[in-house]
Amino acid sequence: MKQSELKLDGNAIAGVLAEIFAVEMTAVEGTCAGCGNVAPMGAVDVYANAPGIVVRCPACAQVLITIVRAPGRTWLDLGGLRRLQLVT
Amino acid sequence: MASAASTGVLGRLAWRLGRVADILPETPRVSTLVFEVPDWPGHLAGQHVDIRLTAEDGYQAERSYSIASAPEEGRVALTVERLDDGEVSPYLVGEVRPDDRLELRGPIGGYFVWRADAEPARPVLLIAGGSGVVPLMAMIRHRRAAGARTPMRLLYSSRSYEDVIYRQELEGLAAAEDGLEVVHTLTRSQPSGWQGYSRRLDRRLLDEVAWPASSGCAVFICGPTSFVEAAAAGLVESGHPPQSIRTERFGATGGGQS
Repeated sequence: MKQSELKLDGNAIAGVLAEIFAVEMTAVEGTCAGCGNVAPMGAVDVYANAPGIVVRCPACAQVLITIVRAPGRTWLDLGGLRRLQLVT
Repeated sequence: MASAASTGVLGRLAWRLGRVADILPETPRVSTLVFEVPDWPGHLAGQHVDIRLTAEDGYQAERSYSIASAPEEGRVALTVERLDDGEVSPYLVGEVRPDDRLELRGPIGGYFVWRADAEPARPVLLIAGGSGVVPLMAMIRHRRAAGARTPMRLLYSSRSYEDVIYRQELEGLAAAEDGLEVVHTLTRSQPSGWQGYSRRLDRRLLDEVAWPASSGCAVFICGPTSFVEAAAAGLVESGHPPQSIRTERFGATGGGQS
């Protein structure tokens, strides 16, 4: 199967994100540190078929976030995100 | 105390035990599971829940399923398509019995949602591929339950007549002629005398069925990844602003929902 057919979006990991951030995240806007594109987290590209979850910018495909979960631990890499705008 | 501690950490999104109150066959491959969930906080149309199954050896599988019921219904209906190579769906469609209890958490999501009271006059275009109709059905049911007159049009692509989920209910709702329109396309086989469309979604079909961009309509698209991307790209080409289009992809073979 082609990688492009495995692409999901941020809605698919809304539960995982809510578990980590403790707020609803799909309507939160994220800014890509690579190209500056702003997108709601529900609209980012997600690949969940790897051992971890890879979140990519829908505009330039830069990796925004990786999430790896193991029993009792979660590794969260936010290196590709410049900013998250939460509605408070 | 362990459960109290974990509830404290994840208090905002805790796993709950839902009781299967009813099981409704929809098509040969699709069933609706109706759950009673203690202390269910309510949901919005378009939201989903995560379901977690735990094997005897402790192995856990987690999948996300869209809620099909309207917020007004108070219960949580999940419509699930059985994917033969899936890890979770063959259990949910075929093994689960009434009164079984399953772990679920939610509601989840705030992006792919529609509220009847937010912009009641703004037309809503819904585009569904296969079981992608499920969260859109929650929006249709919500519109009816809220008594909204929001113009709403569903373009629904299925493989065959037998594969159309909610077929009778959609017929009944559209027959009310209160502003909901349903347009089907059947991509693989059609019953004799079929009057609807009979091809895969393409630009021309979109141009015939969708409102023009000048309508200012909101668009929700849900289905397999390639379907969603074709529909969204076609609408953008026709002039619909990308920010008016919300999408939910579930992968080539159910992906996140297997």
